[in-house]
Amino acid sequence: MRKLIQFKNVVKDFDGQLVLKGINLDIMENEFVTLLGPSGCGKTTLLRILGGFIEQSEGQVFFDDIEISKVPPYKREINTVFQRYALFPHMDVFDNIAFGLRIKKTSENIVKQKVTKMLKLVNLEGYENRAVTLLSGGQQQRVAIARALVNEPMVLLLDEPLGALDLKLRKEMQLELKKIQKEVGITFIYVTHDQEEALTMSDKIVVINEGEIQQIGTPTDIYNEPENRFVADFIGESNIIDGIMIDDYRVFFDGIEFECVDYGFEDNEEVDIVIRPEDLDIVPLEMGKLSGKVVSTLFKGVHFEIVVETPNRKFIVHTTDNSPIGTQVGLHFFKEDIHVMWKMGTY
Amino acid sequence: MKAFRNLVKPYLFWMGIFIVIPMLLIVLYAFTRQGNDVMTLTFTIDNFVKFFDPIFLRVLGKSLQIAFVTTLISIILGYPVAYYVANTKEKTQTLLILLITIPMWINMLVRTYSWISILSDNGFLNVILKAIGLTPVSLMYTDFAVTLGMVYNFMPFMILSIYTVLAKMDKALIAASYDLGANRLQTFLRIVLPLSIPGIIAGITLVFLPAVSTFVIPKFLGGGNYMLIGNLIENQFITVGEWNFGSAISLIMAMVIMASMILTRRLDKDVEDSDKGVNNGNGGVMYGR
Repeated sequence: MRKLIQFKNVVKDFDGQLVLKGINLDIMENEFVTLLGPSGCGKTTLLRILGGFIEQSEGQVFFDDIEISKVPPYKREINTVFQRYALFPHMDVFDNIAFGLRIKKTSENIVKQKVTKMLKLVNLEGYENRAVTLLSGGQQQRVAIARALVNEPMVLLLDEPLGALDLKLRKEMQLELKKIQKEVGITFIYVTHDQEEALTMSDKIVVINEGEIQQIGTPTDIYNEPENRFVADFIGESNIIDGIMIDDYRVFFDGIEFECVDYGFEDNEEVDIVIRPEDLDIVPLEMGKLSGKVVSTLFKGVHFEIVVETPNRKFIVHTTDNSPIGTQVGLHFFKEDIHVMWKMGTY
Repeated sequence: MKAFRNLVKPYLFWMGIFIVIPMLLIVLYAFTRQGNDVMTLTFTIDNFVKFFDPIFLRVLGKSLQIAFVTTLISIILGYPVAYYVANTKEKTQTLLILLITIPMWINMLVRTYSWISILSDNGFLNVILKAIGLTPVSLMYTDFAVTLGMVYNFMPFMILSIYTVLAKMDKALIAASYDLGANRLQTFLRIVLPLSIPGIIAGITLVFLPAVSTFVIPKFLGGGNYMLIGNLIENQFITVGEWNFGSAISLIMAMVIMASMILTRRLDKDVEDSDKGVNNGNGGVMYGR
């Protein structure tokens, strides 16, 4: 795979306020990349820089090995699906999708062929002459995707495109977007604050916080091996514990020394440790590595969310077996379930 | 909510006394002969027949023509202004809109008088022309002066109504257009202009209507012999004392205005229809194109 887009030390400030603090990021061909982070973290700004709507204060952006900072949006081989779709209200579905092609003076014959193909791709056959203002949110979304894809861009940017849809529709569209991306085989860059969405669809997730990249990796990497407290906390639920790495494969927390699989830290380095709730298991008191008392239990559908209070902290446990409040229980986990991370700001 | 409904009553009373009754009186005057006693009304359509004389028709034609030209110039000059203002920073917008509306704080009569001192043969303009060695021009009492006065007075309404539409236009639409490969001109022609048509149409109504019926501007800038429909009506009431004929012309004028309103409304609706691309009722599913 070839590097299609490269951000090199991209900095952006708005009136002196740093929004991006030196982003370095490579995006490959045909990748589904998600920029994930809380609102205001700079992910949309990064997308808008790539789209050409704003210019970075410092640094460079390469597209296909060419610096594109001065290239206006209409000359970039990039199309965008906007947050609120931005469909043209004075045009019907067909004309909206055909807009880009007609700008390029494509013959009407080919316009019709391509638009029809796109409508099929996004499952909107027969909607050609509908007014876009009369479509449902999900349908508008599809038109916006078709309108962007019909131009056969090398990259499609999607700025929180599912934010306005209800949960069920959002899940459907997630799968459909992934399917479309595989079918057209181009790079999708997707911006969202929804970690579940990111995990479902992405080939690569870029976790951003306060204008800095926290971690780049596959969904499983990001989930199982978070690099720091922020990532662990933002992606899924987690128990984050302060500890000390005694030496390779040995970590100390909550007054006990545990065996683990991590290495490469300095001796006695202070670290953050994460244990995912689903990796913890409730066992009889004498069989646990830690022990505590059940202080709350919530039924979540697939699992119970049980909070166990140990002398040092409260652990969140996800398990399919309920335990009544007040019981003394043991907590069990395997050495692979302990993820040791560098303290934030020290790496 | 119901309690508030009563608040409309004083206005209804006001409207009845000062708008509905005078209008009924105009209709009554238009269809009756002069010199009626209260008890003996003589109905007639003579007043209307009298208007269909080439002299009067020419006055009507001229009024429509001047109003049309005024409206057209207001669009051509006002659109760029509105576009510029709508694309500046919000604070600048407020300031510029204030500057555009400030002249309206001063009485129209005074403002029109001031044009006389600019345009007259020994006026400001000619003094400057002479000073830079050009031949002075006689501008007063021409179509030019009257049209100038009208554009000056009514163009702010055009600017404001176009500005309102442009300012609240979703900026994402423009970004989307650029994104899809359209340059600035294409974006303007295909997105901004079509979406601002409702503003232009509102502006047409606000400029054309006062322009077609004003009598102050032609009176001052056109001179005593310059006759537009507004002056004609004024003369009938004030100079000639033909209230019946004056009322008839007013009614005819009202008809013409109503017709032009319906015409612009139709234009607006056409735009809106293509806007919404209203379904033609076959359940929404349509094949082919």
